[in-house]
Amino acid sequence: MKRVTMLTVIGLIWATGSLASDVMRMAVTTSFHNSGLAEVLLPELRKDLDLEVQLLVVGTGQALKLGEAGDVDAILVHSKTAEEAFVESGYGTHRRQIMYNDFVFIGPSTDPAGLSDMETAVQSLQNIAEAEATFVSRGDDSGTHKKELSLWEDANLDPGSFDRWYNAVGAGMGAALNTASAMDAYILSDRASWLNFGNKGDLALLFSGDPVLFNQYAFLPVNPARHDHVKADLTDKLEDWLTSDRAKELIDSHTIDGETLFVFNAQPAD
Amino acid sequence: MVELWDGLAQAFWLVVTADSELVEIALRSLQVTLTALLVACLIAMPLAALLAVSRFRLRRVVIATLNALMGLPPVVVGLIVYVILSRSGPLGVLALLFTPTAMIIAQVIIVVPLIASIAHQSLRDLWQEYHDLLISMNVTQTQKMQTLLWDARRALLTATLAGFGRAIGEVGAIMIVGGNIDNATRVLTTAIALETGKGEFALALALGFVLIALTLLVNLCIHWLGKTEREGRW
Amino acid sequence: MSTLFPLQIHEAVTRRHGKTLVGPVSMTLDGRGVCVIIGPNGSGKTSFLRLLHGTARLHSGSILWSCSTEEARRRQSFVFQHPVMLRRSVLENLLYPMLIRGFRGKAAQAQAEAWAERTGLQDTLQRPASVLSGGEQQKLAIARALVTKPDVVFLDEPCASLDGRATREIETILTEIKAQGTGLVLSTHDMGQARRLAETAVFLLRGRVHETGNAAAFFNRPKTKAAQAFLNGDIVE
Repeated sequence: MKRVTMLTVIGLIWATGSLASDVMRMAVTTSFHNSGLAEVLLPELRKDLDLEVQLLVVGTGQALKLGEAGDVDAILVHSKTAEEAFVESGYGTHRRQIMYNDFVFIGPSTDPAGLSDMETAVQSLQNIAEAEATFVSRGDDSGTHKKELSLWEDANLDPGSFDRWYNAVGAGMGAALNTASAMDAYILSDRASWLNFGNKGDLALLFSGDPVLFNQYAFLPVNPARHDHVKADLTDKLEDWLTSDRAKELIDSHTIDGETLFVFNAQPAD
Repeated sequence: MVELWDGLAQAFWLVVTADSELVEIALRSLQVTLTALLVACLIAMPLAALLAVSRFRLRRVVIATLNALMGLPPVVVGLIVYVILSRSGPLGVLALLFTPTAMIIAQVIIVVPLIASIAHQSLRDLWQEYHDLLISMNVTQTQKMQTLLWDARRALLTATLAGFGRAIGEVGAIMIVGGNIDNATRVLTTAIALETGKGEFALALALGFVLIALTLLVNLCIHWLGKTEREGRW
Repeated sequence: MSTLFPLQIHEAVTRRHGKTLVGPVSMTLDGRGVCVIIGPNGSGKTSFLRLLHGTARLHSGSILWSCSTEEARRRQSFVFQHPVMLRRSVLENLLYPMLIRGFRGKAAQAQAEAWAERTGLQDTLQRPASVLSGGEQQKLAIARALVTKPDVVFLDEPCASLDGRATREIETILTEIKAQGTGLVLSTHDMGQARRLAETAVFLLRGRVHETGNAAAFFNRPKTKAAQAFLNGDIVE
């Protein structure tokens, strides 16, 4: 009798799981996932195209690697130079801009480096370095990390020469925000991750709005010439949908705490 | 501290309302780990019995290796399995990366040394007890192994439960090879890692409590099953 | 009668860690009735039994049964001084020797129950063997050794750690199976037991057969001085 019960239970465990007819995989960045936009788009995709998109949430660096290895069918990331190199090396067929959001500077509400009075992102960083205020860097080769490094470069500063106040944690956006919260440190974050972050502690949004902080997301299908198992037909369908008016409406109307996160800027197909 | 209570309360509501997402990832956790455990036992138990009853040249090396592999860092296992199963890796054509099967493979590799080592210890002790009798009865090698495995089944249950504990609570390897894909490869531990990353400590804790409860439940079930044969204490 | 015997032992030697435990021994056993192995501690009684049974390594010489060694091995069994109980019920212990020979089902069950009956264990069938008393465990070990109807049974001091009553019960069982034609080779410290059971006596000293012969003659009039001293209760080494 007991055995029968157990077998039934095991059978039930095994009977779970059913999928849409078409399944494809896409690597996306943590910041995109943290925005909650995926939860809006994926169900609509399933409804409109009967397409299940499985998301691998990683940093931009790893997303590109997944595309190079052919372990995903497409990637959605935000690091223009790396993306162009990806297409140039033949790993992706092309790069299609979809939307942008922006990066923001987060820091302790006491704001020892005085970021809230700054005009530009470069000035903000120079102030942080001058005050030697504790700073947390993703340090994980992600799009956000690459953005941060290029900003330091614009400010004529070299993170390699910084003292102990500069902490490269080598972690995703959420984990890095957790660290910053614990250390009362400054950090560069995408707006979505910040708004959705549940452990703000004493941190506050101190600087934003500089056009240099705009963060362009692009869609890159993996090249089927390199990996013949890639589902090119599905990535085509997905690209058409992501650049359609329907997607525009969903993306532009997505908000957290009343704040708009993304601006749709895909160009219609030629 | 506040988060701890929030977590408990949230865990309570998730369970009481049978939150569909929770049920799904909890079932997937069980599905992956129980399958991995079954496969691991089918490998580890005969191996442990063989190591107990036979004397071949590399026996000590194998035992030492198994003992060392018990402490194998799951992340390393995950990486190795990842590289092998990647489309660009040697077994890429199987298209197993980022599937539950890949997670099962990683967990099998992680728990086989543990189960085999613990099982071997108890089988070795039993073999010392049985050695003279079984040799005298002229039983075959296979029969020796069968006899040891059957008569030591209670100790083997402990080994299995240890393996279950290690597998169900593992996150490093299955995160890498499973990819933590919603609706496909997300299990309790990777969901906890995800929520922690978002700073959602209360929800992460809630999932943690559910994981602990599930582990307890499975342990109790297995013990209850083991008691179906009333043979007293051995 | 069985075709196992005569058992011819020629210059047989067994060693362990370079030390000779038994041998060289040369003798012939006819397998009729009970052959008792006696001798002081360390004289090699256990090793001698194991050597004959085939579980101690034969380093030199030969031990030849009248049939093939494999067949001989199948038709004999061994009872240890300290009984080894399988962690199973009494019934399962009795079924085990038949099980490994592929003999199972109702007939095997009946045979096991018959032997439990004969050894007075019929009320303990479902209990774990490990909870039996010392005497019951040894009776179970003997029943288990007999359940496959062997032609010869080796017993290594089967009553060494048992009280008088258990010893008597076991001797009764042994006398019965001897009467049915099963050969018994038994080592013992108990000279009373040796006299009661033996047809043939083998006196071991320092790993060698010091004196052997008809039990009655041996116990009444041992030929060698060492045997005389041993039977008188003197210390012989």
